[in-house]
Amino acid sequence: MKKLKIGDLEKIREKVRRTAVLRQGKSRAKITVHMGTCGIAAGAREILSGLLSEIKKKKLNDVIVTTSGCAGLCSREPMATVEITGKPPVKYVDLTIEKMSKIVTEHIIKGNILNEYALAVGSERTH
Amino acid sequence: MRDLSLHILDIVENSIAAGAKKVEITIEEDTNKNLLVVKIKDNGKGMDKKTLTKALDPFFSTKKIRRIGLGLSMLARATKEAEGSFDIKSKKGRGTRVTAKFVYDHIDRKPIGNMAETIIVLVASNGLKADFIYKHSKNGKSFLFDTRYLKRKLNGVLINQPEVLELLKKRILRELKRIQEGT
Repeated sequence: MKKLKIGDLEKIREKVRRTAVLRQGKSRAKITVHMGTCGIAAGAREILSGLLSEIKKKKLNDVIVTTSGCAGLCSREPMATVEITGKPPVKYVDLTIEKMSKIVTEHIIKGNILNEYALAVGSERTH
Repeated sequence: MRDLSLHILDIVENSIAAGAKKVEITIEEDTNKNLLVVKIKDNGKGMDKKTLTKALDPFFSTKKIRRIGLGLSMLARATKEAEGSFDIKSKKGRGTRVTAKFVYDHIDRKPIGNMAETIIVLVASNGLKADFIYKHSKNGKSFLFDTRYLKRKLNGVLINQPEVLELLKKRILRELKRIQEGT
């Protein structure tokens, strides 16, 4: 593996400077992964990690990823809420990395809600 | 919880929920003393004495959405299973400090797990509102990850950028490998 130094951060800094503005509040979408005890035990960390890889792979610079606590539906974890600016938020349940990847492609990029994975549309609006 | 890195993620999520702006995670592996120590210290809103006495009760939670709070009690139980000890100190308005000790080679001691993933997930989701300081040592060899320093180096580029996160993850993995080698 190539040895990475802290100096590499400076190279990246230049590379991403233009896209950085987008992450400072002018985002198009926000994905909240529920990271309560129940979520973590059910695999929420792997879901968020998989989501980060998808975002990098698909070069999505206008998507914010954040976490929240338990939403009270522990048996349906891992869960995530997808909010597209101007659209009602959608809560997805029983997630897997594969489902999350499909949500990124279909919902985040194309704007199509995946009803088969969704619990509800229109709750917990924070964006 | 499968491993300690998941417990740590869970406890630090509590810190963030308590409004912490700085969270220090320390892991000390000492095979000579046969001891593993995990410390999590935050500057969140802390707890008053009454709340603190109930903090380890699984049937207590400050959350309104459900009435059980398993995070701390599960970590406390994990220390008991490995003949260790658990301590929590908190001051209202100052912050909270959790210390979990384990007998290192105890058969029931949970593995440390994937700390790189825990740290990256924390930085990705909360790196803009809080700083994370992660110190990990094994038998004298140590490694420090400090988002305050990294943010200064990044000079305006946000730490939650995918390219930055990937680089940081590789760095943590490499450093962890370094301190594990030759011991």
